[in-house]
Amino acid sequence: MIAELGHFALMLALGLALIQATMPIVGTRSDDPTLISVAAPAALAQFVFVALAFAALAICYVTSDFSVLNVYDNSNSAMPLLYRLTSVWGNHEGSMMLWVFILVLFGALVAGFGGNLPAKLKANALAVQAWIAAAFELFILTTSNPFLRIVDAPLEGRDLNPILQDTGLAFHPPLLYLGYVGFSIAFSFAIAALLEGRIDAAWARWVRPWVLVAWMCLTLGIAGGSYWAYYELGWGGYWFWDPVENASLMPWLAGTALLHSAVVMEKRGALKVWTILLAILAFSLSLIGTFLVRSGVLTSVHAFATDPRRGIFILAILVAFIGGALVLYAWRAPLLKQGGLFAPISREGALVLNNLFLTCACATVFVGTLYPLALEALTEEKISVGPPFFNATFGPLFVPLLVIMPFGPLLGWKRGDLLGAAQRLLAAAFIAAVVVAATFALQHGGPILAPFGVGLALFVMAGAVIDLAERTMILRIPIGSALRRAVGLPRSAWGTAVAHFGIGVTLLGIVVVTAWGAERIAALRPGETVDIAHYRLTFDGMFNRTGPNYRELVAHFTVRRTNGDLLGSMEPSRRTFPARSMATTEAALMRRGMSQIYLSLGDPSGDGAVPVRLYFKPLVLLIWIGAVIMFIGGGLSLSDRRLRVGAPRPRAAKTQAPALQAAE
Amino acid sequence: MSPRIPRKLLCAVFVLLVLGGSPLRAVEPNEMLSDPALEARARNLSKELRCMVCQNQSIDDSEAPLAHDLRVLVRERLQAGDNDHQVLNFLVARYGEFVLLRPQFAWHTAALWGLPPAALLAGIVAIVLVLRRRRAASSEADNLSAAEEARLTELLRDN
Repeated sequence: MIAELGHFALMLALGLALIQATMPIVGTRSDDPTLISVAAPAALAQFVFVALAFAALAICYVTSDFSVLNVYDNSNSAMPLLYRLTSVWGNHEGSMMLWVFILVLFGALVAGFGGNLPAKLKANALAVQAWIAAAFELFILTTSNPFLRIVDAPLEGRDLNPILQDTGLAFHPPLLYLGYVGFSIAFSFAIAALLEGRIDAAWARWVRPWVLVAWMCLTLGIAGGSYWAYYELGWGGYWFWDPVENASLMPWLAGTALLHSAVVMEKRGALKVWTILLAILAFSLSLIGTFLVRSGVLTSVHAFATDPRRGIFILAILVAFIGGALVLYAWRAPLLKQGGLFAPISREGALVLNNLFLTCACATVFVGTLYPLALEALTEEKISVGPPFFNATFGPLFVPLLVIMPFGPLLGWKRGDLLGAAQRLLAAAFIAAVVVAATFALQHGGPILAPFGVGLALFVMAGAVIDLAERTMILRIPIGSALRRAVGLPRSAWGTAVAHFGIGVTLLGIVVVTAWGAERIAALRPGETVDIAHYRLTFDGMFNRTGPNYRELVAHFTVRRTNGDLLGSMEPSRRTFPARSMATTEAALMRRGMSQIYLSLGDPSGDGAVPVRLYFKPLVLLIWIGAVIMFIGGGLSLSDRRLRVGAPRPRAAKTQAPALQAAE
Repeated sequence: MSPRIPRKLLCAVFVLLVLGGSPLRAVEPNEMLSDPALEARARNLSKELRCMVCQNQSIDDSEAPLAHDLRVLVRERLQAGDNDHQVLNFLVARYGEFVLLRPQFAWHTAALWGLPPAALLAGIVAIVLVLRRRRAASSEADNLSAAEEARLTELLRDN
């Protein structure tokens, strides 16, 4: 009954979406306020019905209703509650439900909190949002219905894919989708602006918070996925340039570019046409990512061709929305007025370079991911595009971006003083140079480029600190007034510096773990030891353990420093899941500062020796901590008063304004 | 989910693998060559080669039996005196271009390799052109026509 209710609610949501998609457009064309005012309530109602459908599916999972095919295929009554809940989106149908749920959630938020938006812009944007929702609701109902029943209900379900039974993965898809789908707001506003043929700096002010939220969630989602791959897949890598990862990286790169160009548009009224294009591209790449992951085209072009219904449907959605948006753009963008002029050396100029490198990096990932598919479809020739290609092409585009990054915030709007900025960055360059020299002196025959990588990371971090120091004038005026300046500094300035610092932290982690990570592979018998870095691990023996829906073979290791101090124990294991007769490797991790000892088990052989892979991963945690810092930076920027549309400006801010302007 | 490691390999005696300067590997102790220079070349080549039965893993990362066979094959070719290029060519002749993770530069991959530099170049050219055009447009806007000039001087004289 509950499944049928969910199914019905989804159909009603589709009906509401169609109303929301058409009435407001007609209303804005014919200047009919009644039709325009349909948009917001329709968006809220559509959200309620999709939420009902989603809740119905979740209830089926939580209560283990195996008469529902989707639940039978992906759940098991022995799984802990958390995994029964997260398996809702651990499969194709459920994840599309989550996608639509988040899409209409954003629509409802715009409807509910967009009270100060111009009525026509809001109505048009909500209508565009409803086109997307209607397309995906139709997709679910016709090709990926999660509410289908089985006539003879089985007693037990087939379990969730064991590698997905993980706390980290419980939150990864929702975060990722919040990011993907969050860009739909920018897309809808861009299309709405094109439909109206009018755009101004205020547009950027309305759209930027949504882009920022999406970007924050995507950053955290990508980092979460990377950490999950690191500890769950058992071979300790954190980024594989896998098409699925690339699918999430492309919207991130475009979204990061959008975030920066929207700043120029908001502050200086320039780059309008380009910002609109980026808004379209960021969401288009999200759609392409969804297509890549959901259509099965990645596993093989031929697998896609044998069961093409879903793939063709998503492809049609892609072509309609991306193609339609680009045609509309080509037609209407020339009508938009160009804004503010600026000299090449200026904050705007730096942000244009940022956009240049980010979009080129994005294009590189795009072509590298899709080229093999296109080539095979067109010529039947099979080639592989793997990490060596991406490292060779992506790196050279990203390094200059990181080099210019600290300059950006130090340059003035309109016309900047490059020499002045360089002088202020002298301290950062000095720190970087010292670190490069010291690393060279300390390392014994490591990679030549690694010290420069560390230097660049330090330069980026120091640059962010200098940016804040300059704005607060901390070294030039008494500490009390500097602190007052720090408090009065716009939160978005803090956000910029913090997020840029986070990039440096991530880079430092990547460089150090790539250059100085250590690895041991050994076959051990109980009592034997293995050394890595400054640590000695003793293999004590194996034992069996039973989990809720798995059995595991656990190896116990005692970890000591090489000088004998006891540090603790590590218990890597191999789990067998009877429901799917699959095995997973559960690596054991021991944190040492920001570094980790990583231990994973191979398949034990008959003679009692257990193969182990042991890694020392220096500063590896910085990779993800950097992403969390970027997230915090985004949050600071989001809390900036000036970004909250219509927030009343406090009196005090008026009197402080001149001082703040000088600081910027 | 990872394919099983062949038993016989695991009977290998306790060997330590010392690899300063590279992250994790699926290379197994008994596959390694005694000549460190040759082994280093084998490792570098392994990172360029795809395990064709896996999804997007190099033979250096993969535990699949095929990856093992390829790793052994690479080392055999190296011991036979092949240079890196010859080893790659040998594998391409045997398994097709699909085995290379870094596609060869040829006509059918020209668009792939050409796009990143072309995009950067096109972007730079576009930015320069737009800046020039807009500067020209703005200086034109700053220049007053003769009639406007006359009107301006008139206005200024009046004050």
